[in-house]
Amino acid sequence: MTAHRTPDPRPAPNPAPTTGTPPEGTDEEPGAATAPPRLAVRGLTVRFRMPGGRSVAAVTDADFDLAPGECLVLVGESGCGKSVLASALLGLLPGNAEATGTALLTDAHGATELLAAPETELARSVRGRRIGLIPQSPAAHLTPVRTVRSQLEETVRELTGVRRGAGLRAAAERAAARAAFPAGHLDRHPHQLSGGLAQRAATALALAGDAPLLLADEPTTGLDRDLVDRTVDELRRHAEAGRALLMITHDLAAAERIADRVAVMYAGRIVELADARRFFGTPGPRHPYARGLLDALPGRAFTPIPGMPPELGDLPAGCAFAARCDRATMTCATLPAPRDGVACHHPVPPEREPDRARTA
Amino acid sequence: MLELRDITAGYDRGAPVVRGVSLTLAPGEAVGLLGPSGCGKSTLARVAALLHRPDAGTVVLDGTPARGWRHRAPREQRTAFGVLFQQPRLSADPRLRLADAIAEPLRATGRKDQIPTRLRELAPLVGLGDDLLARRPHEVSDGQLQRACLARALVLRPRWLICDEMTAMLDASTTAALVAVVESYRRESGAGVLAVGHDRTLLERWCDRTVGWAELGAATGMPDVA
Ligand code: SF4
Repeated sequence: MTAHRTPDPRPAPNPAPTTGTPPEGTDEEPGAATAPPRLAVRGLTVRFRMPGGRSVAAVTDADFDLAPGECLVLVGESGCGKSVLASALLGLLPGNAEATGTALLTDAHGATELLAAPETELARSVRGRRIGLIPQSPAAHLTPVRTVRSQLEETVRELTGVRRGAGLRAAAERAAARAAFPAGHLDRHPHQLSGGLAQRAATALALAGDAPLLLADEPTTGLDRDLVDRTVDELRRHAEAGRALLMITHDLAAAERIADRVAVMYAGRIVELADARRFFGTPGPRHPYARGLLDALPGRAFTPIPGMPPELGDLPAGCAFAARCDRATMTCATLPAPRDGVACHHPVPPEREPDRARTA
Repeated sequence: MLELRDITAGYDRGAPVVRGVSLTLAPGEAVGLLGPSGCGKSTLARVAALLHRPDAGTVVLDGTPARGWRHRAPREQRTAFGVLFQQPRLSADPRLRLADAIAEPLRATGRKDQIPTRLRELAPLVGLGDDLLARRPHEVSDGQLQRACLARALVLRPRWLICDEMTAMLDASTTAALVAVVESYRRESGAGVLAVGHDRTLLERWCDRTVGWAELGAATGMPDVA
């Protein structure tokens, strides 16, 4: 190859410096127009090796960017691979898992490719510091022998430099208040908390760290609607202050409240990546699975999608949704490549409302 | 009729989480009970299903006051209820294959001969095929396990179904699918349903009427420790 260059169909995670107009700032300023995304994921794939030589395709070929100040919500049902994706970004996959692809984290500390980074670096400078995690099972994330206050103060001390005394106490209490954790419960131990309170304690811990990228894995499990709203509003404010937020949830109402963009995951693949307002409003989702998911809401048609998702260890060769899809044709026996954010051979056209009549 | 009369209940006699609550369900009726978590609505659901003895008050089942609770309840009262909880993993025996878990109430009440028929009827209704029926709880998803728990709750053809946050962990499609199964059972059997939850949109869509916890009389509870 000499002078000729083939354009890459996918946007490069790290755009080459433009030769015409120089970037506005000379130093790497996060949020500047030319800055790379906070997180750029390309071809992220996770396989679990199972006994007997079987393999489980937990995540396949995930591509997305996440900008500072942006909130991307990954939705899908339990077991669709969305939590595995989060674990892969944090280097927390179990020993029998293998992750390929790239996930480039870029912030004031520099750029780190998360999948290639050694565990020592992830443990020392990434988890908790550059990526805050609100975990799915908060109980496992809290230290059982210490009170919530002491864990919050330690996090504040380690990550923000506030050393001691009244300032530290106040900073910890502010972090608790932001996660709607009642001050009267700060001196309790994790086992003295209900599930909802433990969830809020874990949220407070993650917010206290002030990481430039926040990863929230089902952060509203076990919370009432009022508290769901308060929690996601707080996460939203956190993102608006220039941090990036990746939230994973099965709660579509929470997703609608907070998301700038929505990624829908089905059987390990992102099948639709769309602007949240268009997705939840008009024209609505374009992928048949995503349409079905919204139609299942009690505030909408309340109609379930027939059938169940395929096993991740036994996926069909073509579209994994074909067995449940009312738009499927012979073409769907081959894998649909993503086009305009939708991985479907026959997406619902964006310009007209589809025929909503069902044969059931 | 399922009548809860002036129920006071909790886990510490000095501090009941349910105080003086009354609620009546007619046969064939679906009632939603809406309240924040920690308010005591789950305790009331357990009292209604004869799983928790109240400190005061009466549960009257088709005119007969309940006298025993849990395994002390007379069999015809105990088996009048099917119960579903939020977390299927806490209520399913991890050692049992899904088919055996569904059939367990038949076995426990000496109706082993009905097992093949009931499994053939219920498994397709809740969407479980032979492959899933042969698995144990750790080999299936939460949604699949909750489908099995629903089949188990229906296996004795209960006159009352008590659903305590049955769908709180589930995605929208599985939620709609399970509610549809409950509703088709209600229509065909005339059973009454008490659906306890915190999602107003869901309960109002699902039930004939929805009552808020605060409307239930001198209700108390601990809304702060959700
Ligand atoms: S590719 Fe075909 S089967 Fe898959 S979602 Fe699109 S229309 Fe349905």
